[in-house]
Amino acid sequence: MSTTAAPKLKTSAMIASFADPGQKTAPAPFGHALAKAAEQDERIVGLTADLGKYTDMHIFAQAHPDRYFQMGMSEQLLFGAAAGMAEAGLTPFASTYSVFAARRAYDFICLDIAEPNLNVNVVGGLPGLTTGYGPSHQATEDMAIFRGMPNLTIVDPCDSIDIEQAVPQLAASEGPTYLRLLRGKVPTVLDEYDYTFELGKAKVLRGGADVVFVSSGLMTMRALQAAELLAAHKVDVAVVHAPTIKPLDVDTIVAELDTPRLAVTLENHSVVGGLFESVASALVRRGVSRRVVPVGLPDAFLDAGALPTLHDRYGLSKEKIVETVLAELG
Amino acid sequence: MTTVAPTTAHAERLERLAEHAYNVRMHALQMGEVQGQGYVGQALGAADMLTVAYMDQLRYDVADEHWEGRDRFLLSTGHYAIGLYAALAEAGIVPLEELETYGSDDSRLPMSGMASYTPGMEISGGSLGHGLTVAVGMALGLRHRGLAEQRVFNFLSDGELDEGSTWEAAMGAAHHRLGNLTAMVDMNALQADGPAQGVLRTEPVLEKWQAFGWHAIRVDGNDLPALVDAFDEARSVAQPEGKPQVIICDTKVGSGVTMLEEREKAHFMRIEEHEWAICREQLTARYEAAKEAAR
Repeated sequence: MSTTAAPKLKTSAMIASFADPGQKTAPAPFGHALAKAAEQDERIVGLTADLGKYTDMHIFAQAHPDRYFQMGMSEQLLFGAAAGMAEAGLTPFASTYSVFAARRAYDFICLDIAEPNLNVNVVGGLPGLTTGYGPSHQATEDMAIFRGMPNLTIVDPCDSIDIEQAVPQLAASEGPTYLRLLRGKVPTVLDEYDYTFELGKAKVLRGGADVVFVSSGLMTMRALQAAELLAAHKVDVAVVHAPTIKPLDVDTIVAELDTPRLAVTLENHSVVGGLFESVASALVRRGVSRRVVPVGLPDAFLDAGALPTLHDRYGLSKEKIVETVLAELG
Repeated sequence: MTTVAPTTAHAERLERLAEHAYNVRMHALQMGEVQGQGYVGQALGAADMLTVAYMDQLRYDVADEHWEGRDRFLLSTGHYAIGLYAALAEAGIVPLEELETYGSDDSRLPMSGMASYTPGMEISGGSLGHGLTVAVGMALGLRHRGLAEQRVFNFLSDGELDEGSTWEAAMGAAHHRLGNLTAMVDMNALQADGPAQGVLRTEPVLEKWQAFGWHAIRVDGNDLPALVDAFDEARSVAQPEGKPQVIICDTKVGSGVTMLEEREKAHFMRIEEHEWAICREQLTARYEAAKEAAR
């Protein structure tokens, strides 16, 4: 056995940040944004199912203790009660992990919230592959589950800027929303671009002649990093950020993909039922025949382990994205 | 005089409710006959509960179904809609002439109750075990908004006691001290696959609710005087912050119509075309006899 082998990385605790070492971050952007929005809108209330601290809802609870409701580890009650509060004239934000919202409480979100089109905002922590705890906590198919639900708007934010700007828009928008929460120390990335979050809009963050990336969530951060690395290989990459998965900004995305450039989608989600398939169906409906390369998680239950190990294993790291693109370009 | 007056008033109250309950049952039979089928057995069983709720306890404005000061009545069991439509018609919220559209295309009275279709329908039931969770949020929300006097009623069936979410909500209601919430459980002892005790044993039901922190009352749900006493007791302990109340009502499927009471119990009761007239005759005969006996 070699004594020089690198020590194996360890699975982080649940609250670990996925920020790169030294990266600019903002603490608990969701909690702060919700607390601020609540100062302007007295209808806003916060609920959680024993995961206040782990979904940054505790920041809101500290700021507005009388508007915070702990429902216990009861996700069906959480969303049924959120529906009842909306029926009573309030605007609830209800948080739990994405796996529990999507898998466990689906019927309650579907029938009690989405069918009557109530303004309830579902906040899901640990979307996609943002924990090393294995399939019990990795919501790799949350968007696939939720995309079939009528009336539900789905938002997959990239960073702290997206979250800060999205929260008041989610509160103001009619009908239910699902926010793929990034919590804790969340990277701040989009402040370096001419960008503002607009619900329902995709935005071109940078242009490029050879490749076009369409990405959502934390994969937009990776897409931007990979674009920088690819520039060193003389590959010019455009990045289109599509934080609203449903309804998808079809006009912007199809226009960007209807070119001879290599088209790549990047998402922190299974290749089944998420951004890739949303984009693919949009292209087909518009009669645009383009090959699209999906960067996303495999259609499989994923391993446990350290996030950097897993992101590399499943192709989400910036280095693996560069490899994928260079291989495609031959 | 002072000792006689309340007694007389109470007798009049019961007499009035008995007539309403008779009417509610007739409305249900009318809807059942139009369809030639339906959950008539459940509607007749729950008719007294619905009558006391709508004709004696709930506050609402017939002219303004969205009046903010109303009490909320949430029907979890969507298939009991036939019973609720009958009560809404008796209350004047749904026009009587509309009952004949029950279950027809484009009707505001679909087979399974939905909020977007029917005036006075607060939620869409049908996926069982939802109603009490929504009721918890509504009671919390109304209290939070300062509408502290408004009460939230949730009608649920004994079958819904099989659902884990019902007990999540029961815990949540007690934890948040929702004294403005009243559950009414129709214990008709019948589920889709047969007698409830053979499907999943839920007894002891009274003790379960008590253990979950509720003010629990168990009563014969087809005994109007006992039902009225139970609802009055719940109202007397109802307050913005306190114990939620549950009225557990043992009812008889098909109650009020002898032929249906004696028929083999089924979730979806079969009634032949020529039998509807017999049902109405039996219902009327029973009502007239009881009225005579009360005098």
